[in-house]
Amino acid sequence: MHELSLCEDMIGLLQERAKADHYKQIKRIQLEVGKLSCVEPDALIVAFNAAAKDSIAENAALKVNEIPGLGWCDQCALEVTIEQRFDTCPHCNGYPLEIRQGDKMRIKHVEVI
Amino acid sequence: MCTVCGCHDEQSRLISIEQDILSKNNRCATINRNYFRGRNIFCLNLLSSPGSGKTTLLIETIKALNNEFSVSVIEGDQQTSFDAERIRKTGVKAVQINTGKGCHLSARKIGRAIDELKPAPDSLLFIENVGNLVCPAAFDLGESCKVVVLSVTEGADKPLKYPDIFHAADLMILNKIDLLPYVDFDVERCFEYARRVNPDIQTLQLSATKGDGMNSWLNWIRQHRKTT
Repeated sequence: MHELSLCEDMIGLLQERAKADHYKQIKRIQLEVGKLSCVEPDALIVAFNAAAKDSIAENAALKVNEIPGLGWCDQCALEVTIEQRFDTCPHCNGYPLEIRQGDKMRIKHVEVI
Repeated sequence: MCTVCGCHDEQSRLISIEQDILSKNNRCATINRNYFRGRNIFCLNLLSSPGSGKTTLLIETIKALNNEFSVSVIEGDQQTSFDAERIRKTGVKAVQINTGKGCHLSARKIGRAIDELKPAPDSLLFIENVGNLVCPAAFDLGESCKVVVLSVTEGADKPLKYPDIFHAADLMILNKIDLLPYVDFDVERCFEYARRVNPDIQTLQLSATKGDGMNSWLNWIRQHRKTT
């Protein structure tokens, strides 16, 4: 359940930004979570509700935009959609594919008051 | 946001953050890494599922290298200090971190353990992560290299079942090879699966209890200590 400590870190990070960006409360957090990153969006949302208690993000809505995985096949010189890290190229069945997108998890923006 | 029409409240505003969720951990990891680099400490983060033989491998490694290098150990487990006590019996310094409900070590916890342990300059530092092939994958601790240990009593398809950790590792050690005659484990297929998720992964085979292959591992440490 590493999602819980990720949420604690995320809230800590937003807490640090609160002073510089002059906000007291977070109403909504927009995330981008790659399909190939090591988190489950559903688990992240459950963990967030627990981690946000008594924090600057209590009762904030966590919105997760899932980013598809993209890999580059050298053989076909093509970018292909992949579901897992070890997927082969759907055209030539070759591997490894170079991961081009979908292995990151980022906080995009927050709505604050 | 207003729930009736979706308009933004008067005082509410959007602030662009554009930061990795892991950036707080990564910041602590960079501090640890700079500490290790500044003191020429070679730090290995050992990862595996429970029961792969990490602690036994560590004890045999310490016994073999203790006269050559100063060695210290950070032990991670959910509960108990059994492993740190086993390590201390070899005569080296060990700090136990109990993660409680946590399933991995974080860079911040390693930072605190370093303060307590104060590893010597030019030394080797081993981190034995919590036995778990899932959660520790994402958390950079500032280590010089990640080493994933798999034993032949587990499934050969684990690199595909837990791709994140094999993707993150620099070296994969296949342990308990003395048991190969008694189990159905395809070594080549296992390594091929590991290379599928990580083409650059290096591989070694050994038996920590019987000693087979240990020299290749010890030489790997000696060599990478110089070059990393």
